[in-house]
Amino acid sequence: MDQILLQILNGLDKGGAYALIALGLTLIFGTLGVVNFAHGALFMLGAFCAVAVYQFLNLEQVTLDPDNLTPWGTPMEIRVPYIESWFGETGAAILNFAVPLSILVAIPVMLVIGITMERGLIKHFYRRPHAEQILVTFGLAIVIQEIIKVWFGANPIPIPAPALFSGSADIGAAFGFAENAISYPWWRLVYLAFSLAVIGAVFAFLQFTTFGMVVRAGMADRETVGLLGINIGKRFTIMFGIAAVVAGLAGVMYTPILPPDYHMGMDFLVLSFVVVVVGGMGSLGGAVAAGFLLGILQSFASMTEVKSIFPGIDQIIIYLVAVVILLVRPRGLMGRKGVMEG
Amino acid sequence: MMNFLDKDNLQSDIVLIVIFTIAILTMPIWLQPFGAAYPDLMQKFAIFGIFATGFNILFGLTGYLSFGHAAFLGVGSYTAVWSFKLLGMNPLPALVLAVIAAGIFALAIGYLSLRRTGIYFSILTLAFAQMSYNLAYSVLTPITNGETGLRVLRSDPRIFDGNGSETGPLVANLFGIEMTGLSGFYFCAVVLILVSWFAIMIFRSPFGLMLKAVKTNQNRMGYTGLNTRPYALAAFIISGMYAGLAGALMCITDPLAGAERMQWTASGEVVLMTILGGAGTLMGPMLGAGLIKYFENIFSSFNESTLESVFHFLPEGMREAAISVAGLFVGEGWHLTLGLMFMIVVIFLPGGIIEGLRRLAKAVFGRKRADDTPQRGGDTAPTGH
Repeated sequence: MDQILLQILNGLDKGGAYALIALGLTLIFGTLGVVNFAHGALFMLGAFCAVAVYQFLNLEQVTLDPDNLTPWGTPMEIRVPYIESWFGETGAAILNFAVPLSILVAIPVMLVIGITMERGLIKHFYRRPHAEQILVTFGLAIVIQEIIKVWFGANPIPIPAPALFSGSADIGAAFGFAENAISYPWWRLVYLAFSLAVIGAVFAFLQFTTFGMVVRAGMADRETVGLLGINIGKRFTIMFGIAAVVAGLAGVMYTPILPPDYHMGMDFLVLSFVVVVVGGMGSLGGAVAAGFLLGILQSFASMTEVKSIFPGIDQIIIYLVAVVILLVRPRGLMGRKGVMEG
Repeated sequence: MMNFLDKDNLQSDIVLIVIFTIAILTMPIWLQPFGAAYPDLMQKFAIFGIFATGFNILFGLTGYLSFGHAAFLGVGSYTAVWSFKLLGMNPLPALVLAVIAAGIFALAIGYLSLRRTGIYFSILTLAFAQMSYNLAYSVLTPITNGETGLRVLRSDPRIFDGNGSETGPLVANLFGIEMTGLSGFYFCAVVLILVSWFAIMIFRSPFGLMLKAVKTNQNRMGYTGLNTRPYALAAFIISGMYAGLAGALMCITDPLAGAERMQWTASGEVVLMTILGGAGTLMGPMLGAGLIKYFENIFSSFNESTLESVFHFLPEGMREAAISVAGLFVGEGWHLTLGLMFMIVVIFLPGGIIEGLRRLAKAVFGRKRADDTPQRGGDTAPTGH
């Protein structure tokens, strides 16, 4: 029983990442009708926003300490991040919370990147076949990936979570199990809460604001909304930016869980597409539900008990689900009938 | 358009094949000035030419965009190495077995995937390929030897080899001719010529015409009472077999098969080659494959000092700047160039290089010539369906 609970928890944080990326993909598909293969790259860019902020905050001031000598007889170097030497305690706290603080940087940066991408490239592909959309965004993903590689190198860069969340939570005790039966890293809980909050925010934005209402109307019938004198194209552009922000935020907060490297986006992209398809093309709720569902399924499949019955199942479970869903129910779990069915 | 058995067309095809054969076989001579005339690279041209030609039979003719073709390449490679291990180092049985294995594999995947079209088809093929890749790394290790890759060992049975090659190097061996260096290239070149000829036959046949009709308007084909799926499946299998053949040829000089050949980026590469050259054209994909492999080789071998000599003519300060900018695109950064090239082609020239050449010819030779060029070269069906 505690094993099952643990696996569900394990699946939830990964599921959160899948859900966020898939949500963005679905938003873009639902509004603009574009299949965006560069969305994984946006996730990766978000993660590297965190890396950039972290590295920037960690710029070190090097001073020489004449009292302490190294074994070679030269004065010992003392390396202190500037921010700490300037602001003392506050500076150290800022450094400690580099990852959450990166969110503040990531939001405008990703918004700008998203809008630039839509205005500069994607808008020329609305009227072109899906195959060409896939191809051009795939090319863009390669380009973004390689630029990041040039800048940050090819190796994964570990980023620590704030010290406050570095331990593990003893969740088992809260549910009446033995102590330390289920211990779960705090940061993953934070990630889960964060992803739920972002998902909630996106849905609330679409549901309760006038802007969101217009966008939803545009998704249902773009032409009519346009005829009512609303510049729907502009709003869709902003939605693209928001989708980029959502993917970027997913990336920022994921850095303490998985040290980012330049091809992490591609790895997540393929899975997120599967998530979108399982949830149903164009269905926002479906994307979120399928994200969490597949995350949990994946962690169940990696239990040793399951693996001893179906060897290798943990490697293929997600693809297997996708294949079955596509063949049996191509509109996915929650997709509308007739959307991209074929 | 029903002139596929037309005398002119047939003649021009024979001319095409003859020119093509000569061009391929004389590659060691005319590639000399480009610095690409060494056997290893030319062999790559031939192998990826086969791969892309096969992919084109599916994507170019029917419009089905498969993102999992590397799986067939991998299956071909593994089969070939197993054939070397069990039967001996003769490449012919290896090729035949690899093609059969890839064909069976393609039949299974194609049968399921072709139930869907458009992006769903792409995702299905991608999912199948990723499954094969992941399994090759994990559970199928007894067959694939996992991360190390499958290679031929001296202790393998190789029942038809006798004991002749106990001491010699473990390379493929065609009735006494070792498949290294130029002979390896010529072997691949002959295979390439044969399968290209076969591809041209497909393009010109009623079957090929049917595939083009599938691409243009599948619904209408359905209305005429015709079941298109067997045709699409046949195209899928044939193109899978081409990929298997290419995979087997990769093992000819270096009898090693690794799972990374099946990764989806490898599938992306062949899509890229086909698009770059021109999907749906006869020679485009081969051209694309050659260009990409050529530039990959040239660009990735560039380093600081080669750049130094290239920009030698510039004054001091500018030279530094030029080198640092150009340095982004060569060597390690070759993939950046590739990505940019890919985007530019998709944006400005969806028909690929062949389309570009045609436009150029149109501009140079005027309208009349341009009017009949597409007919002869065939097949400028608009992409998409």
